[in-house]
Amino acid sequence: MKRKNWYLAAGTALTVIMTAWTVLGFFWTPYDPSARSSADKYALPSLAHPFGCDYMGRDIFSRALEGAGTTLTIAAAVLVIGFVFGLLIGALCGYYGGAADALIMRLCDAVSAFPSILLALVAIALLGRGKYNIIAALGVLFVPSFARLVRGEFLKQRDRDYVKSAKLMGVSDLRIIFVHILPNTWPVLLSGLTIGFNNAVLAEASMSYLGVGVSPTEPSLGYMLSESQAYLLKAPWFTAFPALVIILLILGVGLVGEGVRGELGVEP
Amino acid sequence: MPKLLKRALLLLVVAAMLAASLCACTGGTQSGTGPSAPAQSGELPPESATPTEESEGKNSVTVGIAQDLDTLDPHMAVNAGTSEVLFNLFEGLVKASPDGGVIPAVASGWDVSPDGLTYTFTLREGVTFHNGAPVTVEDVLYSLRRCNGGENDGVPIVSSFILDPATGESLIKSIEPGEGDQVVVTLAEPRLEFPYFLTAAHIIPADSGSTIGSNPIGTGPFSFVSFTPQESLTVKRYDGYWGDPASLDEVTFRIYTGASAVSSMVMALQAGSLDLVIHLPSTYADQVGDCAVLQSTMKLVQALYINNAVEPFDDVRVRQAMYYAIDVPEIIDMVCDGAGVPTGTSMYPAQQRYFLPELAETYTQDIEKAKQLLADAGYPDGFDMTITVPSNYAQHVDTGVIISEQLEAVGINAEVVSVQWETWVSDVYKGRNFETTVSGISASDMTAREMLVRYASDHSKNFINFSDAEYDEVTAKAQTTLDESEQMALYKRAEQILNEQAASLWLQDLCELVAISPELDPDSFTFYCTYVLDMSSVRFK
Repeated sequence: MKRKNWYLAAGTALTVIMTAWTVLGFFWTPYDPSARSSADKYALPSLAHPFGCDYMGRDIFSRALEGAGTTLTIAAAVLVIGFVFGLLIGALCGYYGGAADALIMRLCDAVSAFPSILLALVAIALLGRGKYNIIAALGVLFVPSFARLVRGEFLKQRDRDYVKSAKLMGVSDLRIIFVHILPNTWPVLLSGLTIGFNNAVLAEASMSYLGVGVSPTEPSLGYMLSESQAYLLKAPWFTAFPALVIILLILGVGLVGEGVRGELGVEP
Repeated sequence: MPKLLKRALLLLVVAAMLAASLCACTGGTQSGTGPSAPAQSGELPPESATPTEESEGKNSVTVGIAQDLDTLDPHMAVNAGTSEVLFNLFEGLVKASPDGGVIPAVASGWDVSPDGLTYTFTLREGVTFHNGAPVTVEDVLYSLRRCNGGENDGVPIVSSFILDPATGESLIKSIEPGEGDQVVVTLAEPRLEFPYFLTAAHIIPADSGSTIGSNPIGTGPFSFVSFTPQESLTVKRYDGYWGDPASLDEVTFRIYTGASAVSSMVMALQAGSLDLVIHLPSTYADQVGDCAVLQSTMKLVQALYINNAVEPFDDVRVRQAMYYAIDVPEIIDMVCDGAGVPTGTSMYPAQQRYFLPELAETYTQDIEKAKQLLADAGYPDGFDMTITVPSNYAQHVDTGVIISEQLEAVGINAEVVSVQWETWVSDVYKGRNFETTVSGISASDMTAREMLVRYASDHSKNFINFSDAEYDEVTAKAQTTLDESEQMALYKRAEQILNEQAASLWLQDLCELVAISPELDPDSFTFYCTYVLDMSSVRFK
């Protein structure tokens, strides 16, 4: 029990710090993230530039701040789309079952059978680039995993006595789904959300790394990694700090998920 | 029973998905390796799979190339990287010389008729193919006719032989045997640069068109040993070569592909498994271990290419304002660490005889002047525009980002849109569906002509839709004139017009590096002003 609390405490602390740090970036950065300086090219991390400078002499700390904002915004939007639609589909399928359920779930299986990045690349090739297209493409790809998770929980719950009694009392199906069953599934959903968040951060980073992400004028953590790869030996801090920010972001949320799961006694 | 049905359905779905994914896989492989690949790998002798690095002592080198060879047929090669390598195996009647001229190769010399229409080439004595057979007039006739479309419904395969791109009509009227060992070529229009065009018309044995791709036999200083697509090409010194023999016994070109090609080659250089790599981006200058680094330029013109046909860029004042608004030295400093060479027009510095360095000085950054020009053109508050960049070229992407930020100073809001290379080629270059784009344009042959005539109003390669009456007149005249000094003056005038009209924002010829093993003599590496990787001069210290 004690160890699980430690997870939660550490995770919450890390998440709060990282979120606060990222939100700070929306309002303030020590330097203009796109200000170039010939004199500061490849500058080592120092007091003036805590994360050093990149190949154009831009302050990596400021860029990482703004990049974390971009990455986090996209991840959050993707998560909302995936979660809302996944919840609706999963809840209805799990509660009603039947042929429609089987068909939808096989469709979800089919989508999940492909690597999601590949499908996202196809979607971007069809839709074109841009922040909103990435959100849309990744959002849709996150639906099946949530749908499956929610459906599994609803399958477990729908034959329980409390559901049967509610039915006998004539409660409407929608009310049973959202008011009676849903609150009972939330421990599982919460850990699903934390995993989903981490996947969304990584997906955005991977897309930007592959050069199909946000516009090059907009810093994102993944794009910074992609830019840095040519300078891996020359300026390792250029790669290390954006990578560290990604790791801390997902580590914090991952620990929270782990902690919550332990706290609520959910089997992993 | 329903359970059985469900299982059957499941099985069907799984089978269908498996089939679909398998189809997708085979489709991918086919398009990946290219049509010529299977034929070539089938021809290889079994022992060729293992390189003979150790057994050869130390007179063989391994060269890293960042592109697969699209074919070994010298007439069919499309990629500049392929022509670069095949230069070692094949020669034309003439071949490129390092200073940007041409020198006789299979021909010992030629005469031109006074009207500039008839070229009489005399074959050099003692030139033999790699199979030992002497080069005859028949071989030359066959090769030239094949280049001129003999096996392609009369449409020339060598692009500079095409007179009219719309109909595919050829510049060459006839290719006939002359007296003794002479070959006579008659042109439809005079072309001073005709010998330059012939550097792409490599001489191959008569009637070998169907086998040359799998068994490349030429007259060059190296002969073919083996080729494994996507892996390597090995060549060895040809001892019967007519000219100065190569110093190296054997050269292996190891192929690196994909996004990590360059970093893989750099690692291999550090580990000593590669001896020579060309076309290294300048950022790798201090990452190549013990190798000597030779500095060069890419022989291209990087520019913010502007679609002159769309508003507001159809107004010369807008283009000039943009040129005044940007700071070219800063771009060169940022994307090339200061090592790029500024160009003010569509000409790269390696074309020494044509390059006008002073044109790079016309538009030094002047924000006030830029604002004034924009106001005159009716855009006192600037406008919105897009810069399309090919995502696989980091230097073009970075340049686009910097220009976008520099243009903010005059109120122009430029959005940078990065697209995949294939999309860039189809939408921007071929479709001309763009506002501005950052890219590098090079000459497919080595002539100044190629860099300039492409911007004549109705030229098929004029993707910037530049249109200027004087320019059309000057380039048309330059092509058909018989006076070399007049031609030079006309081409220089064309360069000035491109600069005066700010047809595009001409930026620089990008810096590139050659990394060469410390065991090799760095002075033995020869730079050309075109796409040539000449291994015949390279030698150990």
